[in-house]
Amino acid sequence: MRPLTDEETKALFEKVSKYIGENIKLLVDRPDGVYCFRLHKDRVYYLSEKLLKLSTNISRDKLISVGTCFGKFTKTMKFRLHVTALDYLAPYAKYKVWVKPGAEQSFLYGNHVLKSGLGRITENTSQYQGVVVYSMADVPLGFGVAAKSTQDCRKLDPMAIVVFHQADIGEYLRSEDTLT
Amino acid sequence: MVYQRIKDNIEVLVDFATKREPGKQRSDYLNLLKHDLAMYYGYNTFLVEKLMDIFPMSELIDFLESNEVQRPVTIRTNTLKTRRRDLAQALINRGVNLDPLGKWSKVGLVIFDSSVPIGATPEYLAGHYMLQGASSFLPVMALAPQENEKVLDMSCAPGGKTSYIAQLMKNTGIILANDASAERLKSVVGNLHRLGVTNSVVCNYDGRQFPKVMGGFDRVLLDAPCSGTGVISKDPAVKTSKDEKDILRCAHLQKELIVSAIDSLDASSETGGYLVYCTCSIMVEENEWVVDYALKKRNVKLVQTGLDFGKEGFTRFKERRFHPSLKLTRRFYPHTHNMDGFFVAKFKKFSNTIPKMNTESENIPAEEEKTDLSEKASSVTSGENFKKDKNAVSTSSENQKKKISVKGKSMKNTARVKDIKSVSAKKKETKEKPKKGKLVKNKLKKFRMQKARSKAPQSAGTV
Repeated sequence: MRPLTDEETKALFEKVSKYIGENIKLLVDRPDGVYCFRLHKDRVYYLSEKLLKLSTNISRDKLISVGTCFGKFTKTMKFRLHVTALDYLAPYAKYKVWVKPGAEQSFLYGNHVLKSGLGRITENTSQYQGVVVYSMADVPLGFGVAAKSTQDCRKLDPMAIVVFHQADIGEYLRSEDTLT
Repeated sequence: MVYQRIKDNIEVLVDFATKREPGKQRSDYLNLLKHDLAMYYGYNTFLVEKLMDIFPMSELIDFLESNEVQRPVTIRTNTLKTRRRDLAQALINRGVNLDPLGKWSKVGLVIFDSSVPIGATPEYLAGHYMLQGASSFLPVMALAPQENEKVLDMSCAPGGKTSYIAQLMKNTGIILANDASAERLKSVVGNLHRLGVTNSVVCNYDGRQFPKVMGGFDRVLLDAPCSGTGVISKDPAVKTSKDEKDILRCAHLQKELIVSAIDSLDASSETGGYLVYCTCSIMVEENEWVVDYALKKRNVKLVQTGLDFGKEGFTRFKERRFHPSLKLTRRFYPHTHNMDGFFVAKFKKFSNTIPKMNTESENIPAEEEKTDLSEKASSVTSGENFKKDKNAVSTSSENQKKKISVKGKSMKNTARVKDIKSVSAKKKETKEKPKKGKLVKNKLKKFRMQKARSKAPQSAGTV
C-alpha cells in the first residue's frame, strides 16, 4: 500500500469531480478526522488515518481491502470508478437522475436509462455530465453519464437513451469477484 | 412401521421401570432405537449415538424432526443506512410478507413468503439489509461492541456478523475482519461495501497466527469452524459425513484458535477485554470442552452472555466434568428456539500473563492430539478431567451440591458422587480398555443412572 503519485491523484480527482464537482474537498478535509487515499494492488482505497495505522501491521499479500474501495487504475493508467464509491458520491452529487419504479430493475441489470424510464432529472444538466442515478424513493442505484442535456431530453422519443450506464448496485451480485 | 417402533421404544425408555418387558436390558432397547433412528432419519450411527447422549429421549425426536424442516428466512436491518420500520414498509410494498423477529432483537425481520427473490431486491442491493440466520445475531449481541473500540473478527466470512458489529459501533473504531479462505473473503468485501461499512480492514491470515500479526484488541469474536451439527437442516450432508475423527479434528483446531484469540485480547482495555466464542455445532467436544480447555490454559473467566434465553451449557457430560461457570454459556436448539443449533460463550480476560503449565497437565495439550486424534487422546484427557474434577468437587463447598439438589436434579447429583467414587478405578480402565468395552460400560452406567432417576423423587429430600 502506498500514497498516490501526483499523476494518479490528478486522474482520480478529475474522475471523481465529474460527479461531485468541488464537493471533492469535503472528502479530503473532514471535520471528523484525517482521511486519505491509498493505492493497493491497483485499487484506490479511501480510509481514515486510524485504519491506515492499523493496516500497516498486515503484510501486503494478506491485505484484501481497507476502508472503502473507490475504483482501480487500468493498465493504461486511467482511473475507473467502482460502484463501491457510490456511498461517497451519492450524498455530494451535483446532478441527479431519478428512474421510475418500472425501469429500476432494468438499470440494475446493467442497462442504460431510457427516456421512458426517466422520472426526474436535475435542471441544466449538460451533455456527458456525470450523474448519480436514484430510484424514486431516493435510494442511490448507481451512476453514469448523461447522454443528452436536460433541454434535449424533453423532446426525445421514449426509446432513446438518456443516461449511459457506468456502474450500478446490481454489480454486488453480478460481479462480486471482480468488484474490488 | 419403523416410526411406530421408535415411538414405542421411546415410550418405554422414558418410563423404563414400569414399561419394560421383563428380561430385556436397557441397552437392548437403546441399540434397537439407535439403529431405527439412523435408518429412519438417514444418519450414521455415530451421530445418532452422540445425539442420544446430548438430548433426553423426549427431546431427541423433536430435534431430529426439526432438522428436516427449514428454518425461517430472517434478515437484519442495516441501521447504518435505514430503519427497520422503513425497510419493512419498503419490502411490504414489494409483496413480501414479514414480521419482526422477536422481542430480543430490534433489527431482525422474519420473511414468511415473498413474491420477489429476497436476495436481489433493490433494497438488498442498496445495502438496507443483510440475509442472516437468527442465530448469527446472538454472538454479536453477546459481544456488545462499543463505539471507538478495536475489534477482531477472526473468521468473518461471509461478513454478516462483521457488518452487525460495524452497525453496533456506528462505523467508528476499527474492525479487523479476518478469514482463512481467500475465496470466501470476496463475499466479505462485497457485503461490507454494500452495507456501507467503512471502518474495516479485511485480511487473509490463518487465525492461529494471530497474536503475531497484531494483538491488543478490545474485543474478539471467534466464530470457529465446526462440524456443523447445528445446521443439519441447511446441509444434510452432515448427517452421514461426520465421524469421531472429524469432530476431534475440529475440536483441536478450535482449541488452537481460542487460545490465539485470547492472546490477541488486551486485558487492560478500559471498555473491553472480551472474547465471544461461538459455533454452529451442538457437540460437547466442540463447545464446552473447548471452553473448559481455554479456562484452564489462560487467565480468562466466563461472564454472562447478556442473552436472556437459550439453554445453559453443560457442566457435566457423561464422564466429563467441566468448570461450574459453564452454566453461563448458552446453547440454542432448532426444536426449542426455531433457529439453527448454536453455542455462545463469553469470556473476560483478566490478566495478560500466560499461566505456566504445571507438569501434570503438560502431556494433554494440543501436540499430542494432533498426532493421535483417536481414542487414546480423548481417553487420556477425560482421565485428566476426572482427576481434576475430583479435587475440585471435593474442595468446593456443600453449597454447590445443595443448589443442584434444590433444582430437582438430585439424581444427577447422586450419579455424580457415584462417579467420583469410582473415578480412580475407572481411570485405569478407560486408558486400557478398547472402545467396545467402554461403550458397554457407559450403557451400564446409564442404566444405573436411569434407575436412580426413577428413584429420585423419593430421595430428593434426603440428599
